[in-house]
Amino acid sequence: MIVRILGEGQLELPESAAEELNKLDAALESAVERNDEAAFRPALAELVAKVRQVGSPAEADDLRPSELIIPRQDASMDEVRKLLTDEGLIPG
Amino acid sequence: MVAPMGVMKRVTMVFRAKANKALDRMEDPRETLDYSYQTQLELLQKVRRGVADVATSRKRVELQLNQLQQNADKLDRQARDSLAAGREDLAREALTRKAGVQTQLDDLQGQYASLQSEEEKLTQASQRLQSKVDAFRTRKETIKATYTAAEAQTRINEAFTGISEEMGDVGMAIQRAEDKTAQMKARAGAIDELMASGALDDMVSGPHDDIQAELDRMGASHGVDRELEQMKAEIAQSAPRQIEGAQPGTSDGAAAQPASTAPAPDPAQAGEPE
Repeated sequence: MIVRILGEGQLELPESAAEELNKLDAALESAVERNDEAAFRPALAELVAKVRQVGSPAEADDLRPSELIIPRQDASMDEVRKLLTDEGLIPG
Repeated sequence: MVAPMGVMKRVTMVFRAKANKALDRMEDPRETLDYSYQTQLELLQKVRRGVADVATSRKRVELQLNQLQQNADKLDRQARDSLAAGREDLAREALTRKAGVQTQLDDLQGQYASLQSEEEKLTQASQRLQSKVDAFRTRKETIKATYTAAEAQTRINEAFTGISEEMGDVGMAIQRAEDKTAQMKARAGAIDELMASGALDDMVSGPHDDIQAELDRMGASHGVDRELEQMKAEIAQSAPRQIEGAQPGTSDGAAAQPASTAPAPDPAQAGEPE
């Protein structure tokens, strides 16, 4: 499956990574819901690190959309929240 | 309360929704391919301008870093020279200024690094977008040539959604780089003002040039008492000579001659700043 790290591009990951990613993602989402900055930072870092670890860069001319998109590692909690609505996207 | 779905899926849905909205507006998708391609080319231009802007900002910071480093080095030398000349007060002043310059340096170095990494990321984003846009152009021509409108639809959807995602990502990267550049411009402007105010100057070009001039007169690099005394005597000698209206062309050798006959109390006084 293809996963995008925002600001870094797409990576190809084995389907088997999905379960672990979902677990890390649940921790991230929970931190955002609780507005818990202390938990948010490491949760996002772990998720991004995992994707980098198990993924390899997708072909640059691959036009397939990503199955999963994750925020950039240095994104603030506020920025992540905006990504969950369409506020974070540039219109057009 | 949002059902637990995960940040990744929710972000993906936002990106997809945006692409779908654009697709829904199309009647014959084949006609819209060209329009989309134009938009992609415009975004490519924009991201290249963004890279150039960040680079300009980075170079300005680089220039300031060099200037500040030179000031710090100069102040360090001046502090050493002052100490060698036995002027701890001057040395203290020079080191105090150096500490101020160093603070600015450290701060600016951090910002410089972040600007550099932003430039690198944006450059890579520009290259990725270029690849996708090229791929899209090829796909677009194939679709237009080969398929009927109905057949084209599904083939277009995927390519369009894929490139739309890339464009959304690049759009955010540009926005972010613009924000960073604006911050850096403000920061660089503030440092320019500080420099103009003399607060970060070394003691030669700053308002303390009289002190440096004194340091120079004292020959601070050979800070030996005997030599100092000798110089004080010379300075004491030169003062009355100017009052007497001596020839400006008189050589140092000639001035040294009468030094031995100079009045005793003068040298100590002449050594002080006026």
